Amino acid sequence: MKISAFHLMPHRELPADFEQRYPSVWVTPPWWELADARRVGQYYNWTLDELLHAARAGFDGVCTNEHHQNAYGFMPSPNLMGSVLAKLTNDLDVAIVQMGMTLPTTSPPVRVAEEYGMLDCISGGRLVAGLPLGSPMDVNLAYGITPMEHRERYREAFDLVLKAWQAKEIFAWNGKYFQLGQVNLWPRPIQQPHPPVWVPGSGSISTFDFATDKNVCYCFLSYSGARAATSMMNGYWEVVAKKGLPRNPYRAGFLQLVAVSETDAQAETDYARHVEYFYHKCLHVPPHWFAPPGNQDYRSLLAFNRNPVRRAENPKTLRYRDFVDKGYVIAGSPATVRDRLIEEVVKGLHVGNLMLLVQIGSMPHELTLKNIDLLAAEVLPALREIWDDEGWENHWWPERLRKVREPKIEERHGYAGARRA
Amino acid sequence: MTTKLPRRATATVWQGRVRLGLQVDGQGPAVVFFDGPWGLTWGAFLDALARPFTVYAPEHPGTTPGEPDTVLEIDNLWDLVLCYDEMLDELGLSEVAFVGHSFGAMIACEVAALRPARARRLVLLDPIGLWRDDAPVTNWMLVGPQELPEHVFRDPQSPAAKELFSIPDDPEAGALARTRLMWAMGATGKFIWPIPDKGLAKRIHRIRAVDTLLVWGADDRLVPRVYAEEFARRLSRTRTEVVEDAGHAPHLEQPAATARVVEAFLRG
Repeated sequence: MKISAFHLMPHRELPADFEQRYPSVWVTPPWWELADARRVGQYYNWTLDELLHAARAGFDGVCTNEHHQNAYGFMPSPNLMGSVLAKLTNDLDVAIVQMGMTLPTTSPPVRVAEEYGMLDCISGGRLVAGLPLGSPMDVNLAYGITPMEHRERYREAFDLVLKAWQAKEIFAWNGKYFQLGQVNLWPRPIQQPHPPVWVPGSGSISTFDFATDKNVCYCFLSYSGARAATSMMNGYWEVVAKKGLPRNPYRAGFLQLVAVSETDAQAETDYARHVEYFYHKCLHVPPHWFAPPGNQDYRSLLAFNRNPVRRAENPKTLRYRDFVDKGYVIAGSPATVRDRLIEEVVKGLHVGNLMLLVQIGSMPHELTLKNIDLLAAEVLPALREIWDDEGWENHWWPERLRKVREPKIEERHGYAGARRA
Repeated sequence: MTTKLPRRATATVWQGRVRLGLQVDGQGPAVVFFDGPWGLTWGAFLDALARPFTVYAPEHPGTTPGEPDTVLEIDNLWDLVLCYDEMLDELGLSEVAFVGHSFGAMIACEVAALRPARARRLVLLDPIGLWRDDAPVTNWMLVGPQELPEHVFRDPQSPAAKELFSIPDDPEAGALARTRLMWAMGATGKFIWPIPDKGLAKRIHRIRAVDTLLVWGADDRLVPRVYAEEFARRLSRTRTEVVEDAGHAPHLEQPAATARVVEAFLRG
């Protein structure tokens, strides 16, 4: 198993009546009413400190991501964060997992290839290159890309980035969306022929095909837990089987919200309000913005309209215990979290690259560090060797980091102890 | 009331890759009607125009039932305008009056500006195509399906609003109706996202001398009425009519009153 700490960098102090007062957490929340730049500077520094803490505590990777114009998670440039993390983890066997720089909004897309090349060079070949499509709120609403062109633009950019990394000769790119007369990338990544590529998806069959055709790791970034994802991930593994590819668990990634405390009851005391803050405020978006006209092709749209049951339930009607019962969040004592992660997520979905959202909604810094410490010390060790007996190679992980990471116990506890002192 | 359905026609253009569907009816001089962004519905307004005129109403690429992917053959506004120009050639229409609504009114301006000699007259019903920072046009593609009727119509309970936006109870018919409406917005939105100003202000001088009627619904909640002045000051021969008790689609909400002023203008 490879287990990474994922962070959204949310606004942690939205007003209690946020979702009543404002129409959306994304695109339209008014900065001048809701945020303060000095305080936001503190959020960014906490975020970096929390991810670094996870790296030192024993996580295998640290994940950043790109979003725009929102209070839900505002790292407009994941590579600024990734650059700090790469430099400060150079003494650790930790992957820098960029989940990542949004392809359709980066123009020209060779910029993605260049910046990832820089990160791979700075980190000594520890980059995982996430190549996301981007959400409609980011790509269509905030960054003005025509919904009907969103996916086609993505696919062209994807091919251009992969070619720019690998081409031995200077080449011309005469695309529909991008034209470049002479592509000659500086720098090239250390990892050859290119860094491992992860593609996040949300369950559409066309992305299953894309991920398997391109031989990348398909990552389901879910907020609804493993139970809600089972039929979808089964669909992915069916596509893998149909194409005659090995059922390698590292071909799949999954994001799970986790909250660990000393006991199940203490977890509720510690985390209930932060979990509710996340689902009630951070996901407060008009539902139709997730699919503006033209964003889905005609057949997908018709299939969706024929099966409205696939629409997710409204999380605003749920409370902490519902989120835990349904598996949206796996929370409780280390034993509870360990057992549920293994059964529901890792084995249930057949996942080798696990991402854990360690900071949820309004969770303060100290509580986030506690969550990370308990995960690293009491949960991760039980997960690490899960797939080892089957002998799979994690082709989607930096080669130099593929062996099992064994951090020195005193180093880990030393860091945690120093913080608490 | 509609007594008979318009007949269907097609025009194959763009090296054979784009088949445009049209609805055609009436007798007399040619009127080409470019519809708005919600899919062509032939109603009382076009019936009225189809008495003294032959009305040719093309369906925007992708909105013809059964042919959603046609729009994927057309990359941008320039391609779309040329496709319509080829369509008019194929139909043998060397001189026509253009009538357009909303997105279709912008297309009417662009097609006319490509070949001004073809445009006998121009009627723009609540057109888009220009932009003022102090009076932004509402992006209807970001309005929720529940709220859309009240943005387009003065009275969202009116029969016209129900005809355009109501979803049938039958699950399959409902799924198709939802999909067609959404796809029609996507297929037209492709040419105007995210701001419906694609350079018409630079090209509109080419139709400055064309007699133009501007028609505005008195309660248009999508396109503020200041745009009537924006169009009028760029065109030398315009008249503006305001239709009472109508929103962004006066020809659907007040078909008789709208047809009266349009027909009188086109006959004049």
